[in-house]
Amino acid sequence: MASKQIVFALIVAVSLFIIILELVRRRKLKEKYSWLWLVTGIMIMALVLKYEFLVWLTDFVGAFSPMSTLFFFALLFVILLCIQFSVSISGLQDKIKNLAQELAIIKTKLKGK
Amino acid sequence: MKSDALVIIPAYNEEGPIQGVINSIKALYPEMDILVIDDGSSDDTASIAEASGAVCITHPFNMGYGVALQTGYKYALMHEYKYVVQMDADGQHDAGGIKILLDTIREGSCDVVLGSRFMGAGDYKMSFARLIGVKFFRLVLRILSGRNIADPTTGFQAITRKVVRIFSHDMFPYDYPDADMIILLSKVGCTIIERPLSMHPNKTGKSMHKGAMKALYYIFTMLLSMAMTRLRTHRIDEIFSANGGIENGK
Repeated sequence: MASKQIVFALIVAVSLFIIILELVRRRKLKEKYSWLWLVTGIMIMALVLKYEFLVWLTDFVGAFSPMSTLFFFALLFVILLCIQFSVSISGLQDKIKNLAQELAIIKTKLKGK
Repeated sequence: MKSDALVIIPAYNEEGPIQGVINSIKALYPEMDILVIDDGSSDDTASIAEASGAVCITHPFNMGYGVALQTGYKYALMHEYKYVVQMDADGQHDAGGIKILLDTIREGSCDVVLGSRFMGAGDYKMSFARLIGVKFFRLVLRILSGRNIADPTTGFQAITRKVVRIFSHDMFPYDYPDADMIILLSKVGCTIIERPLSMHPNKTGKSMHKGAMKALYYIFTMLLSMAMTRLRTHRIDEIFSANGGIENGK
């Protein structure tokens, strides 16, 4: 891997890591939604610093080039993230439903019915 | 609370027929408590329902038929009704059927009484596509639960307090509470019977499953929900302990 590529990939990985930590620190992002992003940042750093690992991974998944492996895992990451969001949305929908039902019943009770 | 039974009517933008539905119930059963669950209507459904003598719960926004039903169950549970009859707000269900459903459930031999359109009462006609859908779900239900229910998608039914408790729990399939509900009840050991009831054709032209895409979405979601309900582990004692103890169906 060319040194320019290593430097650029490292900058991206470290920036992503810092941005996520800062968002958690400012309470803009919950810890439970940050771990997948942090793992991604660490994975990018590991792959950049240990290029042999990326080559081994490419061989392991049967891809033709390390770039394909990176794209494959990037896509996998996005899919996992979408699943995590879908699970969260389903849970939130149940909570909103229960809250709205209780609100509606309490409002009727307050009217004396 | 004037009676031990509550009639719940989920309604969404039904300002036209709702008064007639409430009046028809009141004419036959003056002592019957009626609850309309206005599911975030943009018209005057809520005020007309209240003016007609029903108690009305208004959802802050539209959440769907199943959620409106569950709100009714929660209200019934809170007010300790022994029986709940649910019916539609569009005037399709004949108020005369309430007595048949309640008389049957009061005998104490079952937990749920389904009002069936296909057991010979009345001259209810449905479209060919709908009829195919009903027959298909009847078959799937027989495979998954072993039960032979003539009308698995009926919205006209009576349930005991025990079932009200189950339906007030988060396990209630509120997206489309139809045949999947019957599988759930079968799994937790509830007894279901059907009674022939006459129903009127839908005059409003409104339907939850109108249009090819909506119908396909319904079929897919219902099949998934039925299969998942069959595969899930349902522990009825957990529901009752969460709600404060089993009351032997009271």
